[in-house]
Parts: sequence; structure tokens; C-alpha cells
Amino acid sequence: METVILLAPLAGALVCGLFWRLIGEEAGMVLATAILFLCALLAWIVFLGHDGETQRIVLMRYVDSGSLATDWAIRLDRLTAIMLVVVTTVSALVHLYSFGYMAHDDNWREGEHYRARFFAYLSFFTFAMLALVTSDNLVQMFFGWEGVGVASYLLIGFYWRKSSANAAAIKAFIVNRVGDFGFGLGIYALFFLTDSVNFDVIFAAAPRLAGTELTFLWTGWNAAEIVTFLLFVGAMGKSAQLFLHTWLPDAMEGPTPVSALIHAATMVTAGVFLVCRMSPVIEFAPDAAGLITWVGAATAFFAATVGLVQNDIKRVVAYSTCSQLGYMFVAAGVGVYSVAMFHLFTHAFFKAMLFLGAGSVIRGMHHEQDMRRYGGLRHKLPWTFAAMLTGTLAITGLGIPLTHYGLAGFVSKDAIIESAFAAGPLPVFWLLVAGAAMTSFYSWRLMFLTFWGRPRGDHHTHDHARESPQSILIPLGVLAVGSILAGMVWYGPFFGDEARVRAWFGIPEAAAAAPAEAAAAAPAPAAGHGAAPAAGGHGAGAAAAPPPGAGAIYIGAGTHVLHDVHGVPAWVRAAPFLAMLLGLGLAFQFYIRRPDWPAALARSQRPLYLFLLNKWYFDEIYEAVLVRPAKALGRFLWKRGDGTVIDGTINGIAMGIIPFVTRLAGRAQSGYVFHYAFAMVLGIAILVTWMTLGAGGN
Amino acid sequence: MTSLLSIVTFLPALAAAILALFLRGEDRAAQANAKWLALVATLATFAASLVLLAGFDPANPGFQFVEERPWIFGLTYKMGVDGIALPFVLLTTFLMPITILACWNVTHRVKEYMIAFLVLETLMTGVFTALDLVLFYLFFEGGLIPMFLIIGIWGGRDRIYAAFKFFLYTFLGSVLMLVAMIAMYVDAGTTDIPRLLRHSFESGPIEILGWQIVGGMQMLLWLAFFASFAVKLPMWPVHTWLPDAHVQAPTAGSVVLAAILLKMGGYGFLRFSLPMFPVASEIVAPLVFWLSAIAVVYTSLVALMQDDMKKLIAYSSVAHMGFVTMGIFAANRQGIDGAIFQMVSHGLVSGALFLCVGVIYDRMHTREIAAYGGLVNRMPAYAAVFSLFTLANLGLPGTSGFVGEFLTLVGIFQADTWVATVAATGVILSAAYALWLYRRVAFGDLIKESLKTITDMDRREKTVFAPLVAMTLLLGVYPSLVTDLIGPTVAELLSHHDAALAAAADAVPGLRLAGN
Repeated sequence: METVILLAPLAGALVCGLFWRLIGEEAGMVLATAILFLCALLAWIVFLGHDGETQRIVLMRYVDSGSLATDWAIRLDRLTAIMLVVVTTVSALVHLYSFGYMAHDDNWREGEHYRARFFAYLSFFTFAMLALVTSDNLVQMFFGWEGVGVASYLLIGFYWRKSSANAAAIKAFIVNRVGDFGFGLGIYALFFLTDSVNFDVIFAAAPRLAGTELTFLWTGWNAAEIVTFLLFVGAMGKSAQLFLHTWLPDAMEGPTPVSALIHAATMVTAGVFLVCRMSPVIEFAPDAAGLITWVGAATAFFAATVGLVQNDIKRVVAYSTCSQLGYMFVAAGVGVYSVAMFHLFTHAFFKAMLFLGAGSVIRGMHHEQDMRRYGGLRHKLPWTFAAMLTGTLAITGLGIPLTHYGLAGFVSKDAIIESAFAAGPLPVFWLLVAGAAMTSFYSWRLMFLTFWGRPRGDHHTHDHARESPQSILIPLGVLAVGSILAGMVWYGPFFGDEARVRAWFGIPEAAAAAPAEAAAAAPAPAAGHGAAPAAGGHGAGAAAAPPPGAGAIYIGAGTHVLHDVHGVPAWVRAAPFLAMLLGLGLAFQFYIRRPDWPAALARSQRPLYLFLLNKWYFDEIYEAVLVRPAKALGRFLWKRGDGTVIDGTINGIAMGIIPFVTRLAGRAQSGYVFHYAFAMVLGIAILVTWMTLGAGGN
Repeated sequence: MTSLLSIVTFLPALAAAILALFLRGEDRAAQANAKWLALVATLATFAASLVLLAGFDPANPGFQFVEERPWIFGLTYKMGVDGIALPFVLLTTFLMPITILACWNVTHRVKEYMIAFLVLETLMTGVFTALDLVLFYLFFEGGLIPMFLIIGIWGGRDRIYAAFKFFLYTFLGSVLMLVAMIAMYVDAGTTDIPRLLRHSFESGPIEILGWQIVGGMQMLLWLAFFASFAVKLPMWPVHTWLPDAHVQAPTAGSVVLAAILLKMGGYGFLRFSLPMFPVASEIVAPLVFWLSAIAVVYTSLVALMQDDMKKLIAYSSVAHMGFVTMGIFAANRQGIDGAIFQMVSHGLVSGALFLCVGVIYDRMHTREIAAYGGLVNRMPAYAAVFSLFTLANLGLPGTSGFVGEFLTLVGIFQADTWVATVAATGVILSAAYALWLYRRVAFGDLIKESLKTITDMDRREKTVFAPLVAMTLLLGVYPSLVTDLIGPTVAELLSHHDAALAAAADAVPGLRLAGN
């Protein structure tokens, strides 16, 4: 069944992409969509029936070189099961949505076929994402990792006539490659240390890594720390964390269903998934985990500030995604991987819905994306409005304070903020609370600008604004149900008491695993490379915890967050809710009661406004510091390095030698080929002479 | 069966002889005959090489299909393949029919053109099958003559300059290699390669003219071979002949040059430098690593700024060969497996990329990137094929381009993390130049008047690409096809290598311990 879930989307992509001319464009699209719905159904069956035990299904051999042996395989555990559901569900709904959204597109000319290609890319993306989450080794994971990158590249640049779309596609791929550079080094290092790239072996070796020193570049590092850091660089790229986030807003050049599927619900969460997957290693790397926490918090804050002032509806949601991903990394960084996955899970529903809702608005407004030209649309687009309202309430976190009854975001986001208080540095907690207030502000700003007030665009567009067809509204409805219920239904297993979470993720009870057994299970086969063990030996905490890799996630012996978090003060638990109310109130004041305030504030605080509007000038800085110097260096090396230095030297020497050789060759005028042939014959003659002489001498 | 290797090697030459002796006339029928004969001959050669593959025992690390006969002047004619040579033989025989088919539209001196390619095939295959120094030298150097002719007669405007430069670069290396071979004969008393592989050359320090030579005799021999192979591969900084040669060569010439001729350098390192001179290899490895790492970064940056499609791909070839050299001299299983895989993959991918350039060059007669743009509008099939090979070129997992790059980086990381880190930036830069090229050629709206009537690939062109597409994906998804073939031979090579280093560890102070 898992094999079908993995491979069926690939089959759909191939048939739809290559043979739609034979079976018809519409038939190809229907086939791809039907396959995805089947996969989603199977995924839910797997998810609900999964007992927490890790299974492994081998399909075929993959890269195999000496001790580096990998398979195409499926590792099914709780993490995979969660991701299967998220990926296939959102993908199936986005396929369906695309029937309506992509039906007519002004970017294409009369008679051009683009829809089958679009569906094929979507299905291919789904396959690559599934390959990523089902992998049982780092190489297959990297395959999926790059596969989703390519699908993202193709879909961002889907409108290949638009220069901006092409630029955004390349930018997305290259920035991700910067992350992959780190990810790759992490894989090489892990192989060097553990002589394997398979998760089972790596996890079993994790405690030993904590006591190993790896010489990397100029100095020795704690192996677990450096590996975690390098892998996290990969995660930063894919999940658009601070410094490697610049591609995500530009990726909005792609069609909106793509933004919902790839740039909100699934691909961008791959980094979070990677961190959770590698939890057995990360638990032994406290410093690197601290870095993850800080980067996550900084991203959550930074992206929220930028989201405050953007005018493009999709960019607001994109920065919101960036910010929410930061929350997930904070959860992972402080050691509550289950909570990170919880937010990933709920976020997939409400963020996909916000994007699809935004798409519905854009479609209704004839591809106008500037919110300053919206206004009063709640009457024109009632169903879209209802969906967007649900999504906004979910992301901002509406619920009953001090209980766990509320919409999806209320339960999962607040869980992260509480965990940050319980385990993280205090500034991280405050950054997240501030982020929650800003999340509320920009989300409500989006709602107020779009659906309230008077129409501000041109009359024609507003008069003809129309509600979307069923194929668009049904996915919105399904996601709305998820956004409301996902948090409450799955609160227990993700964030309930520790025993519940352990059972759900298949982690053996700490008490059950005797220290001696754990210690025996921990040392991996000795790495034959001579990574010198440091003086400390095993991490002191390793003995008490069950062996790493026994469950889907690993909770280190010293990690009690899941326990501590349920004892945080009431004001901490209420803080996110109060922040939400603050953001809502400010947005209401700015955009309903005094719509003249935003402009006035932007005028009076112009430097700050420009700083935020221009996204902290990251693009400009990168262009000046990285892109232009690289090009200049390339040109310099070409013209000066290759041209002047290398060719100059060699030609100079040659000019000295050649006349000499030519004379020696007896003025053979018939071209260099004959010089060469002559030299060769001469050589053979010398060789033969030598050998006959030598043979005679022996 | 006893002379199967000779059949595989000399079948194309036989066809060339038939063409030279019996085909007369320059009319269309004669041209068609020449092309068909060449195509049939190369296909038959490929079929024969498949028989070779079927009869090859991958578990045996030694030489197989060995033929040994007395020859002129008391020399020995000796042929044979092992797991390292066989992939290159197959690569050659697989690519030659494609190459012949790719130059189907040539009209200038067709018969001679076909003869040149057929002779070239024999000489290239011979490099990978020869088991005697003299024979190897003949094939190795002889292969350049038809290549010179292909560039010099059917090449572009500045073909003389390119051929000249090619000659200059190669000449010194050839002379030094010849001297080294003589020295090897004097030292070991044989030109038999399997026996030379077992011979251990002196590695204690020696003194020449007051200069202390670490690694002694081995070092001198190593350097002499290096001079030849490094140019052929090519390595930085002796790579500058390659872009010029590619730009001037006709499409089919570029394909053979990039796909096969360059691999002779890498094969030479694996056949001679590493196994015969292990101590010298170990001592010089850091130098090779850094030349390789510089090659990756330097040529990738240069590739980024090219205006000429062929030059861009040529520079990217140099970068890819950088992974090969660092993989070989990392001297561990992943490094060498990766290096061989990278060479095979690069043969497919760069060959296909030059064919891609050829397709539009045939139509527009320019290689200027700026002359194109928006081709996807009128050439969807071409755009799809080109995109696949662009992605393979940047090392996308699932294509063959990934496996070699990944394994060599895994290998080099075990040897030197600095070099691995510098070289790994190649994955960023390759994405930059490859995707930027693709964007400028294929994407965007089609606005140039000259392109408004351009046509998509015809049936012949699709046939040319089909096997390349299939192999690129197949090797990307199931790389064991190659690694199973080469694995035992590489393992054997490494155990010899490590044993030789261990034996020499006392003699050479400061030698890294084997296997680290």
C-alpha cells in the first residue's frame, strides 16, 4: 500500500506529462487527480492504522559503492505517516482546485496546451516529496529533496514567457543549492563518521558521535554538533529560514495552487521534517539545537515584520509562511519535535487554505494581486470570504484561553510558544509572542483590506468580480474543516502528556530500556576511518534514554520539556492569545476605523517603513556582495586568468620552442598534424630502438 | 571468442579501410553509402561489445578476454579488459553510432569524415583495451591525429589556431610520457601492463643535480605521465586548449572529444599513475586535490560568463573533470567509483549537451547565446530534452550526473575536508551557469525575427537523443549497473595500493597512512 502511495503519483505524472496527446488533455488531468485522491485515501488508512512500529520496505538498490550501500526504500514510522497524510491530502485538493484555477489563463495564447503539463509537474512534485518523506537513508532523501526543488523550479517558472518568473525560478533553485551545499557536507561527514548513510545505523551511532571529535576545515569539532549544523543549513534553504529565505517571496511568481502546495503546505516544511527525522543526532548536539532555536525565532520575528507592510496578497501569505516555519524550528530546537510536527500538520491545512483562498480572490479579481485595489469583497465572494475568515482565525489562534479548545493554530502555535518558555531562552519566547501579535495584525490587515471597506480598484474589475466554481470551493471547504478541527482532535498525541506522545511516536518507555541495554545498542560498528574519539566517551545522558532511532522521534534523556510545559504559569499560556487580540485590535483601528492612519504612519516613519517594505534589503545586499562579485570574478578569471596568464605563458614558451622544433623536423610545411605524426613516429622509433638494444643487452 | 576484443577494437578500422579502398565518387548515393556503412559498422561494434559485456565476469578483478600474440620488432600485441576498462569500451561503442547519426547532414567530404570517425573509434577503444605499453602509446597518441583532422578540415573559422593550441599542449606531455615509458621498460624489463602493475618502482628519495626528489623514481615517472594525462583530461591550468578546440570542432567532433577523448586522461590515471606509482600518488595527492578544487570553482565561474554555448559547456566539462581527479587520488572506494561513474555520466551528458547545441547550430549557424531565446515556444521537444541534460549536468539526483559527483565528494571528504568544502561549492555554481544558460536559450517569449520559423527536432534527431536520455535516467536510478561492474576491480586496485603504501611507509617519511 505504501509502495502504491509512493509510485502512483509518478505514474500519473508520466502519463499526464508524456501521453496527454494520446489520451486527451482533460483525461490526463482527471487521471492525475484521481490517482492523488486514491493516494490520499490510502495515506489516511495508513495514518490511522499505524501502530507506531517502524517498518521498512525495500524496493530496489540505489547508490552502492563499497560500504556506502543504499536502497530505494520506504521507512514507515509515525513521522512518515504524518507526512504522507499532509502531502497527499493537500496535493489531491490542489489538483482538484487547479481544474478551476487553471481553466483559463491569460498568460497563454489561444490554442496553447499548458494544463496537462501543469498537472504533470504537480504530480511529479508529489512523488518527489513522498520519496523524501519515506526515505530510509540520506541519499534517497536527497533525491527527494532535489526532486522537489526541480518541481518547484519548473512550477515557479511555469509562465516561462515572464522574465520575472524565470528569474524567481532560478533564484529559488540556486538559493536552495546553497542550503544543499551544507546538507551535502553533512551527509559526507555522517558517512565519514558512521560508515553509513542509512538512518538506522546513524541513529544507533548518535551517542558515540557526541563523544567524537571531527576535524573539519581549520579545527576539530564535536561531531554531533557540526553534523547537525551542516544538515540544518540544508533545512534553512528548503524551509526559507533567515539568510536563505529570499527565494520564497519571489516564488510567488508561480501559479497560486503551486504556492499553496509547495510553498506553504509541503516542500517548505521539508526542512522541519529533516530536523525531526534527525532528532536522534540533534538531541546530542545541544549547541546546534540552540542555534536552530535562535534562527527559528529570528525568522519568525523577521518575516512577520516584513509581512506587516507588503501589499501583494500572496507575498503577505508567503512571509506568513516563512514566519510560521520559524515557529516550527523553535519547537524542534528546544527538543519538542512532536510539537514541531503538530504545527507542521495544522499549518498545512490553514496555510494551504489561505493560499487557495487568496487564489480564489485573485481569480475573482482578474489576476489583480495588489490588496490596495481590493476592498468590500465579502459580498461578492461570500464562500471565499468564509474560508479566508476561517483560515485567519486559525492562524491567528482563536480559542478558549487556558484550554486546548480552539482552532488549529491556537492549539499548535500556542504549544510552541509555551514550549519556548519552558525550555528556550526567554528572549526567544518574547520574540515568538511579538511574532504572534504581528501575525494577527498582518492577517487581519489582509482580511480588512480585501473583504471590508469600499472597493478601491477600477470599477470594471469590481463589477465583474465573481465567486469561484465548485472545483475551487470544495477544496476550501475541506481545508476549512481541517483548520478548525485538526488542532483539537490531535492535541493529545502531539502535545498531550508524555506517555501518550511516546506511545504515538513509537518510542519505547525510558524505564523499559535498561541502561545497560541502551549502552549496548548504542555503539555503532566501528567507523574504519579513524575519527578519533574524544576524551569524554559517551554522552553522560545516553544511558538512561532508550536507544536513539527506536521511535519516530527521539527524546533525549535530559529533555523534559514535554513534562515541564504543562506546568508553565497561566500568564504564559494566555500570552499568545492576548497578543492575538492586540494585533486584531490594532488592525481594526488602522484599517477599519481610521484607514488614513497607515499612510500617515508610513510617512512619519519613512526609513522604518522602507526598511520593512524592502524586506530588510536582503536582496540588495546579496546582489552587491555575492552575485555581482561572482560575475566579475568569472569574467576576470576568463579574460585575465585564462587569457593573459595561462595562454600568455604557454604561447610565450611555445613561440620560443616551435621554431626550434620546426627546424628540427626539417621544415615539414604541411601543417601541425604532420609535425605531430612525425613526433610520434620518432618517438616509437626511439622506443623500439631502446627495446631492441635493451633486449640484446640482457 | 578468443579474439573478441580485437574484433571490437578493429571492426571500425576495417570498415574505414573498405570505405577508403572501394568507395568512389562524391555524389549523393556515394555519400549515403559511406554514412550507412559507418553506421552499420559502429552498430555492429556496439553489438560485439555487448557480447563482451555478457561474457564479462564482474566478480573477477583481473584482466579478461586477454589476447597475446607476437608482433613486429619483437613487440607483443596484448589486449584485455578489466572492470575499469570495460565501462569505457562500452561508452565508446555506445556513443559512436549516435555520433555518426548526428553528422548525417554533413555534405563536405563525407567519405573522409566517416573514415576519420571510424579510425578514431578504433584508436579510442584501443586505448582502453591495450595491455602493452607500446600498443597503448600508439593508440593514445594516434587517436589525436583523426581528431586533428576532424577539427582542421571540418572545423570552424579559427580551426588552425585551435589545432595549433591543441598540438602545443599535448606535445610536451607526449614526449615526457614516452621517456617515462622507456624508463619503465628499463627498470622493469617489460612493457606488459599487468606485469608492470605488479612491479614496484623505487620510491626512496634520490638526488638529481643536487635536488632531492621525494618519492624518487616513482615521482619522476608519475610527473611524466601526469604531464600527458593532465592535459588530456584536462586539468586546471592546462585546460585552455579545450574551449577553443570545442568551439572550432564540428558537432560530432565535440561530442567525441568531450565524451570519450577526455576520458583517456582519467583512464590513464587509473591504469598507470595510481596503481603503478602509489607512493608518488600519495605524496602529490594534495596538489592534485587543490588543482581539482580550483578547477571546479574557477572554471564554473568562467562558465558563468560565457557568451558562446559551446565554450560554456566546455568549461563546465573542465569543472566536472575536477571531480574525477580528486576522486581518483582520494584513493578510496567511493572516490574511485565516483570518478569512473562521473566519467561515464559525463560522456553521456556532455555528449548530449553538445548535440543539443548542434541541433540549433544546424538551424541558425550561430553558437551565440544571445542569438537565441524562447525556443520552447516553437521547439517543445527540444526544450524538454535540453532541460533534462541541463539538470543532469548540474547533478540532479535521479540522473546519472548526481551519482559521480556525490560519490567523489564523499570520497574526497574522507581525505581532505577543505578540498571537499571548496569543491562542493561547485554544486551551487553548476546550478547557476546551467540554469542561466537554459533560461537564456529556451525560456522567455520568442521575439527574435530570425527564430520565428525555427522547427522542432525531426525524427532523426529524436532518435539520436533517445538512447542518451534512456541511459542518463537509467544510470541515475540504478547506478549499480556501473558500480557492480567496476566494484571488484576497484577494490582490488585499492588493496594493492594500500599494501604498497604500507610497505613504503618506512622508506618515505611523512607519508599518510593507508586508508585514512
